[in-house]
Amino acid sequence: MTVATVRRHGLLRHVLHGMTRSVFSTVCLGTLAIIVLMVFVGPWLSPHSYYATDLNAVLLPPTLVDSHWFGTDELGRDLFVRTMIGGRISLAVGVVATLVSLLVGVTWGATAGFLGGRVDHIMMRIVDLLYAIPFLFFVILLTVVFGRNIVLIFIAIGAVNWLDMARIVRGQTLALRQRDFVQAVQIMGAGKARIILRHIVPNLAGIVVVYTALSIPQIILLESFLSFLGLGVQEPMTSWGALVQQGTALMETAPWVLLIPSTLLAVTLVTLNFVGDALRDALDPQDSRR
Amino acid sequence: MLRYTLLRIASIVPTLAIVLVLAFTMVHAAPGGPFEDPRAVSPEVKARLEAQYGLDRPYHEQLLRYTRGVLVGDFGPSYRYPQSRVSELMRAGLSVSFALGSIAFIIGLSLGVVLGVAAALRQNRWSDHLLMAVSMLGISVPAFVVAPVLVLVFAITLSWFPVGGMQGTGAFVLPVIALALPLMAYVARIIRASLLDVLKSQFIRTARAQGLSTWTVVVRYAMKPALIPLVSYLGPAIAGVLTGSVVIEQVFNLPGCGRLFVQGALNRDYTLIMGLVIVYSTLVITLNLLADIAYGWLDPRVRYR
Repeated sequence: MTVATVRRHGLLRHVLHGMTRSVFSTVCLGTLAIIVLMVFVGPWLSPHSYYATDLNAVLLPPTLVDSHWFGTDELGRDLFVRTMIGGRISLAVGVVATLVSLLVGVTWGATAGFLGGRVDHIMMRIVDLLYAIPFLFFVILLTVVFGRNIVLIFIAIGAVNWLDMARIVRGQTLALRQRDFVQAVQIMGAGKARIILRHIVPNLAGIVVVYTALSIPQIILLESFLSFLGLGVQEPMTSWGALVQQGTALMETAPWVLLIPSTLLAVTLVTLNFVGDALRDALDPQDSRR
Repeated sequence: MLRYTLLRIASIVPTLAIVLVLAFTMVHAAPGGPFEDPRAVSPEVKARLEAQYGLDRPYHEQLLRYTRGVLVGDFGPSYRYPQSRVSELMRAGLSVSFALGSIAFIIGLSLGVVLGVAAALRQNRWSDHLLMAVSMLGISVPAFVVAPVLVLVFAITLSWFPVGGMQGTGAFVLPVIALALPLMAYVARIIRASLLDVLKSQFIRTARAQGLSTWTVVVRYAMKPALIPLVSYLGPAIAGVLTGSVVIEQVFNLPGCGRLFVQGALNRDYTLIMGLVIVYSTLVITLNLLADIAYGWLDPRVRYR
């Protein structure tokens, strides 16, 4: 993997260069940037709040009147602000839960790969064992048992999503351990924790960036799935999954309640997936098929 | 190879044990019990009821008792509807889910293979690019977006199919499409990539050099190795169809296990959810195992390490 040799400050440039080579991934990256910007700035542009109900303006279609740009729902709440706030939640869950899984996965994988031998064997057996369990059902069970709570969802999703990362990082670490510079610091007497944190982990950056990018859409999907089933965020707070569910119930009379958040969610997931793929191509020249 | 198969089969026992203990422990840790409401029952009655259901016993005895029940297919009474057994509810749901899931699985798999081969044979032409872009949509856009939009267009606007429920064969068309779509997209991408790989290899070049038609080369020589990566995807595919059916049954109001799962979760029917988690996990784990073993038999490069 060439990335191991790309210096840390050079990585970003390397990635950006690889990404912007194709017009299509540039468009995806731009669309994504616009969505993220809209989601964070959008609510301030509108005079409405995401929770205020207005029974004189129920189920308005998208209109410029009274700045209900995306219309209103059955309680007269402004859908533009709700869609943006919902997007904040969806994106935040995606990013935060990915960071949790990143932390656990990288530490676990790097430790197993570096220590090797019996410890590695036991640690990876645990990963294999957990890998076989379909955790989605357990996340649902967890929300049933301990109530629906957004922090719990962050942690639960992050905690079950680290297995892929641990496997990939371990494989990469096994290769890095044989490299001269690691053996050199080892001979110089650096401690194991120091070698893992200072010398192994930074060199994993490339592969970790790729799998982080690919895991964010998965987690957004998972959160929306839970919210769609009514097991995620609770009213009046919302997320894209919860908005889609609301839209499903209202689609005969007010299709825009379904179509607008669905479109945004779909576009976000598609562009995130394409960006992830483009990142993989940019960082992994061996994989030329995609 | 036999040793590999036996070892793999044996390896699911601890996994299933973890599933059972984890599910039971989580439900056991849940705050409140079935007879918590003080208005409904007096303390004496509550104590008698708990004794009757064995809820006054220590944790490990309850776990043992539950495990013994599960092994003979008895998942205890429903928490919300104590007069019905969890196993009866699940049996009724499974028949619906099984019908829906297997039809969607077969359709998604076969169409995916056909489209994947078509895309590979037209590599880098516009039809290939179009197919791959559409399949990316199929992968990225979740079932709970696709299903309502299908209902909006084909059931409400065009009235070709019923909105939901189980009346007639037409009622199954939209749910099957919604469930098969992501599977088809995945399979098409996998088959395209693996067939392109195979088509580059020496033996295909030899076959071509001997003047065989593209059709013969693909069908007689390239397809078999190209299908191997698909076998390893079958496990996740089955898991995907199972989780997809949770959403689909909810949207189309089909009385399957998925809807039972969601209703149970919203009603906090602990025993029902626990039973369904165990059944779903067992299904996913077992089918994954079968796919793994099939992969091992098909691909001579795989050996048990």
